[in-house]
Amino acid sequence: MTTALSAKEIVSQLGTKFPGAIEEAGAESVLVKSDALPAVVEYLKTTEGLKFDYLNYITAVDYYNYFEVVYMLTSLEFNRSVVLKVRCYTRDNPTVPSLTGIYQGADWQEREVYDLMGITFEGHPNLKRIFLWEGFTGHPLRKDWNR
Amino acid sequence: MTTTQELTVKTEPFVLNMGPLHPSTHGVYRMRVTLDGEVVLDIEPIFGYLHRGIEKLMEERTYTGCIPLTDRLDYVSAMNNNFGYCLAVEKLASIKVPERGEYIRVITAELQRIGNHCVAIGAMLNDAGALGTPFFYLWRQREKIYDLLEMLCGQRLMHNYMRIGGVSQDIPDEFLPAIAKFIPQLRSFIEEFEFFLKQNEILIARAKGVGILPKELAINCGISGPVARASGIKHDLRQDDPYSIYDRFEFDIPTCENGDCYDRYRIRMEEMRQSLRIIEQAIK
Repeated sequence: MTTALSAKEIVSQLGTKFPGAIEEAGAESVLVKSDALPAVVEYLKTTEGLKFDYLNYITAVDYYNYFEVVYMLTSLEFNRSVVLKVRCYTRDNPTVPSLTGIYQGADWQEREVYDLMGITFEGHPNLKRIFLWEGFTGHPLRKDWNR
Repeated sequence: MTTTQELTVKTEPFVLNMGPLHPSTHGVYRMRVTLDGEVVLDIEPIFGYLHRGIEKLMEERTYTGCIPLTDRLDYVSAMNNNFGYCLAVEKLASIKVPERGEYIRVITAELQRIGNHCVAIGAMLNDAGALGTPFFYLWRQREKIYDLLEMLCGQRLMHNYMRIGGVSQDIPDEFLPAIAKFIPQLRSFIEEFEFFLKQNEILIARAKGVGILPKELAINCGISGPVARASGIKHDLRQDDPYSIYDRFEFDIPTCENGDCYDRYRIRMEEMRQSLRIIEQAIK
């Protein structure tokens, strides 16, 4: 059975390794500071005993006051998973570091979030729309998007 | 006398647009292929032609009103998409599904999985050059599955059968006898079908060692389902993080090791057998 690693366990490990990287630890997810995300994910992926080698998905939520980008990672070896979240507090050009250098699977997922939610992934090698056409304006999954 | 020097032709890469292809060819899809003669140097996949904005449509519907949309996420596995959506809503609202409902859901989901694999294998064999014959053999089995699902909900393709908290109606009296008759028939069909194909030279030549997806790459790309298992990733949510009542059934998670087209065919044949095992346990 996949045990969701409790946020507490993760935080205690990450807190000592990356002081100041954790903004908030909920019951089932960890809120990570945007700049620290690649280092935290790299650590979760490569550290013995953690080995979160599988990126399940990347998605994003529009909470009006901020955007939240959500990442789910799984360790196939230990059958555990963890949810990381990153927040952007600006509506024009919200930016999050790209994970394409860590997981190849992040490529299309980040393009989808960019296309539909309008979040820029810094460092993505080919960040362009994936579903909608090139001339399309706006990002339809934003709550203030108007058809 | 001509020298090798003179025979060397100066070439340059050539960009070719393939598609967009018609929907009946497994979705509208375009490739920008960079070629050097007959050698493919690079492919850029371009898709989204059939993106219907289902998430956006769901925003303005009630939770129940979204179920028919989930049918349309993937028309060859409508039931399983109903299932996934209902599970999510039930988790959010802490709704418990009656035991009988859970069993009916598992039976229908596994039937649909078999139907889905029939289409996947049939289409693959079609593309490998066996036009028609194996495809329609599998299609006939899938039709029988649709007969069964039609008994439940009156619909063959877009079932809209599951509801938040269960299913739309109980199974009719004729359903269990019909499914009991179907299982041995399908099982012997799988054996016969595999007997024909296992040593088929054309299939082996066109699928073995072709399109290899190594395990590490598959993990790194976040590949899931039968494709991942064909590349040797032993991961199946039904066992690793069981939803519904999958923890009550005994079944194996088959894996292959080469990750080529042939393995992706093999894994689906084996998963059909395992689905039959689950259905057999569930109808008891």
